Amino acid sequence: MTHFSSPRSPAKLETRRRAARQVAGPLAVSALLAVAGLAYLAFGDPLGGSAASVSDVRISHLTLGLCLGAALLLAGIGVVRWSRTLTSGTETVEYRSDADTDGSDRHGQGWPMRTGLRRRRLIRNVLLGTLALLPLPAFAAVRSLDPAAVTRRRYTAWDEGVRLLTEVGHRPLRASDLQVGEMVSVLPASYLDLPDAGPARLNERAKSPVVLVRMRPDELAPASGRENWHVDGIIAYSKICTHVGCPVSLYDRTTHHLLCPCHQATFDLADNGTVVFGPATRPLPQLPIAVDGDGFLVAQRDFTEAIGPSYWEREA
Amino acid sequence: MSNWALRHAGRMVDLAERRITASRWVRRNARRAFPSHWSFWLGYIALFSFVVVLLSGVFLTLWFKPSMTPVVYDGAYAPLSGVVVSEAYASTLDLSFEVRGGLLMRQIHYWATHVFIAAMAVHLLRVFFTGAFRKPRKANWLIGLALLVMGIVGAYTGHALPDDLLSGTGLRVIEGGITAIPIIGTYLSAFIFGGEFPGDDIISRLNVVHVVFIPAIMVALLAVHLILVRRQRHTQWGGAGRTDRNVVGSPFAVHTARAGGLMLIVSGFVALMATALQINPVWLRGPYDPSQVSASSQPDWYMAFLDGGLRLMPPWKVDVFGSELTLSVLIPALVLPGVMLTAMAVYPWVEERIIGTGLDRHILDRPRDMPARTGFGVAFIVFYLVLWIAAGNDVLATVVDVPVNWVTRFLQVAIVVMPPLAYVITKRICLGLQRRDRDTVLHGRGTGITVVSPAGGFSEVHVPLSRQEAYALTARERPAPPDPGPEVDENGIPAPRPRWSKLRARLSQVYFSDIAESADPRAVEEVRP
Repeated sequence: MTHFSSPRSPAKLETRRRAARQVAGPLAVSALLAVAGLAYLAFGDPLGGSAASVSDVRISHLTLGLCLGAALLLAGIGVVRWSRTLTSGTETVEYRSDADTDGSDRHGQGWPMRTGLRRRRLIRNVLLGTLALLPLPAFAAVRSLDPAAVTRRRYTAWDEGVRLLTEVGHRPLRASDLQVGEMVSVLPASYLDLPDAGPARLNERAKSPVVLVRMRPDELAPASGRENWHVDGIIAYSKICTHVGCPVSLYDRTTHHLLCPCHQATFDLADNGTVVFGPATRPLPQLPIAVDGDGFLVAQRDFTEAIGPSYWEREA
Repeated sequence: MSNWALRHAGRMVDLAERRITASRWVRRNARRAFPSHWSFWLGYIALFSFVVVLLSGVFLTLWFKPSMTPVVYDGAYAPLSGVVVSEAYASTLDLSFEVRGGLLMRQIHYWATHVFIAAMAVHLLRVFFTGAFRKPRKANWLIGLALLVMGIVGAYTGHALPDDLLSGTGLRVIEGGITAIPIIGTYLSAFIFGGEFPGDDIISRLNVVHVVFIPAIMVALLAVHLILVRRQRHTQWGGAGRTDRNVVGSPFAVHTARAGGLMLIVSGFVALMATALQINPVWLRGPYDPSQVSASSQPDWYMAFLDGGLRLMPPWKVDVFGSELTLSVLIPALVLPGVMLTAMAVYPWVEERIIGTGLDRHILDRPRDMPARTGFGVAFIVFYLVLWIAAGNDVLATVVDVPVNWVTRFLQVAIVVMPPLAYVITKRICLGLQRRDRDTVLHGRGTGITVVSPAGGFSEVHVPLSRQEAYALTARERPAPPDPGPEVDENGIPAPRPRWSKLRARLSQVYFSDIAESADPRAVEEVRP
């Protein structure tokens, strides 16, 4: 009985009105914000002209974002409040039919019987054979995917007599340009001969960067056969980490350690680039260098082994 | 006017009714019950943020140019004026600085992605810890897992598209991982990158994967996921009046209104995050250059566990017929995620083989009632978190001011020691919570009122639980550990697969050995008058 009388009592009416306001309030503000965002886009937004600056972007971004975000959030709050007026704490109960668990579909006449494929061996075999062979011609496309890149991986643009250019400014270097303890990133001079268009330069930047460091000649402990690979304590190593290929770039001049910022593989440059810590499995390849007739630093030859991460075709 | 509108609206409804029998659909839905608990909304948050990802992504495709052709940048961002960058990078800057709402949409796309993956991950944990993956929902567990993986792949391929220094470094690491694959790795890398790394194909290829393949597969998987949820109905917590044969919950209209409100709130929240919190400012990092890297380069958080594995791995390698098998890369990059995913994928089947009864389960387990499962879950989380922390070992070393090598060594030990420890501790905590429940059921709830007995002893007054409360705490599945039985029955017939039965009984001890002493409803009946 109270159910019928309650809507008419003044207290209940007031509660209902308040509930309605709580729903309508956020929804109305949301609508206003949406209109405000639209108006801003139409009349106020400074973007799109050539005079737009980063501070214009900031203002435009903030205005649009606040309008959009607050409008959505308030609309959501309104709808959730409205859903509360619907509930009044009721729960419904639904019974699970479990119609699909009696197994009637799984037994009896299965599809292999109805297709007749069990009896017609020939049709079945030809069908399966055709289906298996049809995709094979697609393998022709594999040849266009450039498998020759596997052999190119082994070589870089370094060669006998190629000068060492600074990575910044592309200047050739003399031995006297480097102080003891200094590190410089260099590229092969032949890099500049590569075509501007296409990926040739970018690909070379992934292979031939070299770090050049200078230490006192007595600090070096070159392996046999590498005694003349340095120039008066100036020594060159591939900059591409043998772990997964990040440029190794953090040099500690007191320990002669070179650290990769990606996964902390650490190489000892005084000791032939051997791994002293971290996940790398191979030393950094060393580039043998010399001085040419004009007094500039040059490579003696290409790297004697593949640079960068290990791969299957590379000799272990 | 209103009469005209009503008549036509009525005709439309009638047309729809005759063609698709919509009223039957509405009637069927109106009868449905939707169990409610805050944790049931996690999947909805994932769903809604995915919708935001799709919508904002469509906006971005209108301006983004997936091309690695070098161009000279001359846009609104003055510091990069005159620099040669790829078209992909330039168009990302134009999208951010010259398109109305472009920066907002980019940041919405990123933040919605983060919310999406995080919500999926938490939703997955909820499903795991409550046993919602059990029969008949095993297939849906797999689909959910596939959605999580596709979500991560989608997010990663999207992260790579702007061709900035960080995303390019990420691709370099992926390339290093691919070349570590024995025999085919080098060719695979050449095929993926169209020749040498980085080449000029990868951005347009990733764009197709990110914009077409992944969304199409995800939408299809999501449709099946939701259809299965609909058909199987939602799981529910145990309690008075709730069984494996019914569903108790809010009515359709209420549930739909709530879900609609949540959709708006999630998108509003993401939009406000995108407004206030800068994310992936590619213009600060510069275009990708394979010879450059910035210190403390970190992948996005959902990829961090893989990067952490790469950092923790010792420099192991094996020489196989003159080739190097680079275990230090192969294990963290391929074996580890493979093992983790396989473990997650097969867990429902393994658990069912060991302790399953073959029956459908619609009532959720409280995590404390399944200490072994909860222990496995927490051990997995700890394993994942150690990997995750390892991805920031350099940052951590800077923060706590110790050499990075110490941090790495510590985490190498932690990844072996911590997960088993977490399993044992979690199991103990679960058993402790079970005992507390048992005490509450048997002796009632403490009131905080202390009384002094005539003899001078102090004791707390306990009030017995209501029948509903006691039921909710005690009503749960109490399957007996499987009994292998005698190998030969009284008629001399050997039992089928005796070895498996024995093994199963022994394995089931992992799940049941400690649970037996928790409260049983029958014990409650004996204690209570």
